Amino acid sequence: MSGARHLYVHIPFCVSRCDYCDFVSLTGQRDQQARYVEVLLAELELERELLAPELDSVYLGGGTPTLLEAAALRCLLDGLPAAAELTVEANPETVTPELAGALVEAGVNRVSLGAQSFQPRLLELLGRRAGPDDVRRAFRLLREAGMENISLDLLYGIPGQSRRDLNADLGAALTLAPEHLSCYELEAKSGTRFAHEHGAELAAQSEALEDHLEHVVERLTGSGYRWYETANFARGEPGRDLRSFHNLGYWRGHDYLGIGIGAVSTLSGCRWKNAPSLPHYLEALERKARPPRETEALDEATKLRERVMLGLRLDEPVEIAEVEAALDRDALARLSDLGLVLVEGGMLTLSSRGRMLGGAVSAELIVWDAEPVLAGT
Amino acid sequence: MDQSKIRNFSIIAHIDHGKSTLADRILELTHAVSKREMREQVLDSMELERERGITIKAQAVRVQWKGHELNLIDTPGHVDFSYEVSRSLQACEGALLVVDAAQGIEAQTLANAYLAIENDLEIVPVLNKIDLPQADPEGTAIEVSHLLGGAPEQVLAISAKTGQGVEPVLDAVIERIPAPTGDLDAPARALVFDSSYDQYRGVVAFVRMIDGSFSRRQALKAMALGTEFEPEEIGFFGPGMRPVETLGAGEVGYLVTGLKDVARLRVGDTITTVAGPASAPLPGYKEVKPMVFAGLFPTESDAYPELREALEKLKLNDAALLYEPETSQALGFGFRCGFLGLLHMEIVRERLEREFDLDLLVTAPNVAYRVKTLGGAELEVHNPAEMPDEREEVLEPYIKATVIVPKDFVGSVMELCNERRGRFDHMEYLSEQRVMLIYELPLGEIVLDFYDQLKSRTRGYASFDYDLSGFRPGELVRVDILVGGEPVDALSLILHKDRAYDTGRLLVERLRKEIPRQMFDVPIQAAIGSRVIARETVKAKRKDVLAKCYGGDISRKRKLLEKQKKGKKRMKQVGSVEVPQEAFLAVLKLDGGGGKK
Repeated sequence: MSGARHLYVHIPFCVSRCDYCDFVSLTGQRDQQARYVEVLLAELELERELLAPELDSVYLGGGTPTLLEAAALRCLLDGLPAAAELTVEANPETVTPELAGALVEAGVNRVSLGAQSFQPRLLELLGRRAGPDDVRRAFRLLREAGMENISLDLLYGIPGQSRRDLNADLGAALTLAPEHLSCYELEAKSGTRFAHEHGAELAAQSEALEDHLEHVVERLTGSGYRWYETANFARGEPGRDLRSFHNLGYWRGHDYLGIGIGAVSTLSGCRWKNAPSLPHYLEALERKARPPRETEALDEATKLRERVMLGLRLDEPVEIAEVEAALDRDALARLSDLGLVLVEGGMLTLSSRGRMLGGAVSAELIVWDAEPVLAGT
Repeated sequence: MDQSKIRNFSIIAHIDHGKSTLADRILELTHAVSKREMREQVLDSMELERERGITIKAQAVRVQWKGHELNLIDTPGHVDFSYEVSRSLQACEGALLVVDAAQGIEAQTLANAYLAIENDLEIVPVLNKIDLPQADPEGTAIEVSHLLGGAPEQVLAISAKTGQGVEPVLDAVIERIPAPTGDLDAPARALVFDSSYDQYRGVVAFVRMIDGSFSRRQALKAMALGTEFEPEEIGFFGPGMRPVETLGAGEVGYLVTGLKDVARLRVGDTITTVAGPASAPLPGYKEVKPMVFAGLFPTESDAYPELREALEKLKLNDAALLYEPETSQALGFGFRCGFLGLLHMEIVRERLEREFDLDLLVTAPNVAYRVKTLGGAELEVHNPAEMPDEREEVLEPYIKATVIVPKDFVGSVMELCNERRGRFDHMEYLSEQRVMLIYELPLGEIVLDFYDQLKSRTRGYASFDYDLSGFRPGELVRVDILVGGEPVDALSLILHKDRAYDTGRLLVERLRKEIPRQMFDVPIQAAIGSRVIARETVKAKRKDVLAKCYGGDISRKRKLLEKQKKGKKRMKQVGSVEVPQEAFLAVLKLDGGGGKK
C-alpha cells in the first residue's frame, strides 16, 4: 500500500453553533486551541506512516478553522505536510486582511467560504453571524491577498426561501465569480435544533422546491460552470481544473486520513472515526496514545457499493467491469430504458435527469444484500 | 318423559335487547346454575377454548320449572344466519320475543318474529328493561300487539337485569306454549338444528327429536347427505353435558357422532335410524350458499400457510364458510372466501385477526353473480377478475330490506335506497314516531358501504335487516383499475353501469394520493374493458439526491440508500411501479367492510 494521498484536518471551534449544523463543533473553549493544535500534530505524527510521501490534498475543515488564533493557525499550517491543494474553510466574519495574508503566505491555495445566502433574513434564520456584506468583503480581502481559488457554499431550500430569493443568491454569488460553488439543499438533520424548529415546514415545502436543483444546475451551467458533482460546480477555465481535488478523492474512492475530533479516515478497507469528545482526544494524545475510535471494516462488496454510490455523483463515468459485482443487472436495464442511466463502451454514467434522481437511481442500481464478494488476492 | 310436560322454546330479540340476560336469569331461577357457577362456567369454557381452540357451547339447555322440562334453544340471532335461526326455531313450539321497552321494535325484532310466525311458533312477547327511566312499556306494548295481534295486556313486562317479572315468563312458557306432539312409536326422526366440532370427539349434533327415540350405540343416518354413524354418546345440556341412554320424541339433546368432517352432517338434515328408517325427512333442508365474497390476503406473504391453517380450523366449526386459493398479481397468494353475508364476513375476519393473529388485506366484497355467456353456458362468478368480458346477461342477487327509523329520517333513507338502485315496496307506521320501510335492493349495493351510510344518514337511529329475495338481471360492468398500464386484479369491481364513472374516478383519485412518486410518470386509470373512464397521473419525481457526501458522511449515506431500497422491497410490484401495501389498504378500506350490526 502506498498510503493515503488526502489528509483531512478537523478544527471544531466555532463562535456559535449554526442551527442546522451537525458537524462536530465546539463553542467557547478558546483556551484549548493551542493544546488542540499540538495534539492534532501529535495524531498526525502517530499516523504519519499511513500517508503517502507526497499528498494530493490537505483540507482544513470545521467548525471554523479560521477561528484559530493567528499563532495557532500558523503553527498548524507549518506542521502539516505539503500538498498540491491546500484548502481552508473560512467563515466570512473571520476573514481579516491579516488572516487572508497569513493564509496565502502559509501556502493555502484554496479557500472555501461559507456564504450560504445573500439574504439577511435567511442568514438570520440559519443562525449565521455573517451578513451579505461580510461575505463580499471576505471574498474581496482574500482576492486582494492573492487567493486565486475561492469556493462559495450556498444553501437552498431554506424555509421561506422563494424562487426569487434563490435567483438573487445565485446572481450575487456569480457576480463574485468564484472558482468553485457548492450548492446544498438544506437538510433538517434529526437532532439539530433546526430540524426541531423547521422540520415540518421543510417537509411541507419539499415537493414545491423539487425543481430547485434543476434551476441551480441550469443557472450555473449556463454561466460556464461544470456540474461535476451532485452538489458541486467548478468554473470552466482553459488550462485550470478548478474542481476540489480533495473531495474528488472521496468520490473516486481513494483512501484518506482524517485527524481531529470526529474526523473519519478510510484506509485499506478500514474506516474509523475519532470520538467527538475533546477531553478524551486531548488526554489520549498527550500520552501519545491513539484517541478513542469507532471502526468499521469495509468488505469488498461494501467498497464496491460505495464506489458506485460515490462515483455516480460525478460527471465522470464509472467503469462497469470494476463495480460489476455491486450492480443489479435488471435495475441497470430498467433505468437505462428510462433514460436515467447511460451505458457506453463498458462505462456507466447518469443522464442529467438521472443525476437529479441520483439517490434513488443508486439505491436501485446497487445490489444491497448479495453475499460479500471475495477479495482478490 | 311425558311429552305434555315438555316445552321447547327460543328467545328471539334484536341485538342488545336483552336476550342473554334473560337466558341467564332463567338458568338462575330454575337453579340450573347458581350465580357463582355461572361465572365459573364462563371461565371454564374460556380455558377450554384456550387449551383446545374450540368450545362446545350449550346450544340447548334443559331446565326444570314447576314439574315441567323446559328446553331453551339458542339462536344465532342474525339474518346472515337466518337459515340456522329458522332451523333452531323449527326445533321449538314457541318463542319469547324480547323487545327493549325503551327502543321499541327494531328490524331484527321483525325479522325474527316473521321467522317464528313462518315456523308456526306460539310467540310470547316480553318487554324488557322496564326499569330504565326512558322505558315506554305502554307504547311498546301497543307496537308489539300491532305486530303480533292480541291485546297489549298479554305482553309481559320485565327487567331481566333485576329479575323483576321473570317468573311469570316461565309460567307463560308452560301455559301458552304448546307441548310437543310427536309420535313416540313412529320411526325415529330428529332435526339437526345446530352442530359444533370438537377436535377429540368430532361433530356434535344438536337435535330435536320429533318422532320415535334414539339410544346409544344405535346406527343412525343423516337422510339428506346419507351419512351413517354410531353416536358415541347421547345426552342433553344441563347446562353441562349430561349423557343419557335414550332421547325420545319431544326432547332436545346432543349426539356425539364421532364424524371428523363437519361437511358430512349439515344443519337442517333429518337423522333417523338405519334399522327402522323414516320414510320421509322433515321438511326444510336446504344447502346454504355463500352470497358475499372477498379476497383475503396476508399482508406478509410468508403468512400464507398460517392463513390456510386458520381457515381450515374455522371451517371445522363453520360449514357455511367457503374458501379457495386465489393468486393476485398485486397482493400475492391468498384466498377467495365466501360468506353468508356481511356480518359473517366481519366475524370471520375478526376471528382470523384476533384468534390467529393474522394481518389481513381484504378486498372490496362482492356478491355472487350468475352469468350467461355468449355460448349459452351459465356460470357463477365470485371474483370480479373472473367476470367474462363478453356475456349475454348477468344476474345479481337481490334482497328484501327492512329499515326501521324515526319518521324524520324517512326521506334520508329513501334517498339512500334510491341511490343504491332500490325499489320501494311499502312503508308502514309502527307507531306515530317510527316507520318501517321495505325496499328491494341489489345485494351488491349493500356490501360496499350501505350500512355505514344508513347509520350516518340517520344519526345511528336506523335498524336494518334483510332477506335474500332472488336473482335478477342487472346492467353491470366490470371496472378495472390500471396502474402504469397494468390491471391491478385485486381492485377490479363489478358495478352498475351508472355508478361506474363515479366510483372509477374516486378509486383512481385515491390511488393517486397513495402511490408515491416514482422515477417516471405513472398513469392510473379506471377502465371498462378497453375504454378508459377515469385517469390520473402520479407525476415523476424530479429530484432525489443526497445533498452532500464527503469523507465523514459516506457510511451514513450508504446506509440511507440501503434503507431506501429496503423500503421498496416491502412494496408490491405492479408492472414496473412500486405500490406500497398501504395504498391497496386505503383504497380497499374506504370502500369495503359494511360494518357491524
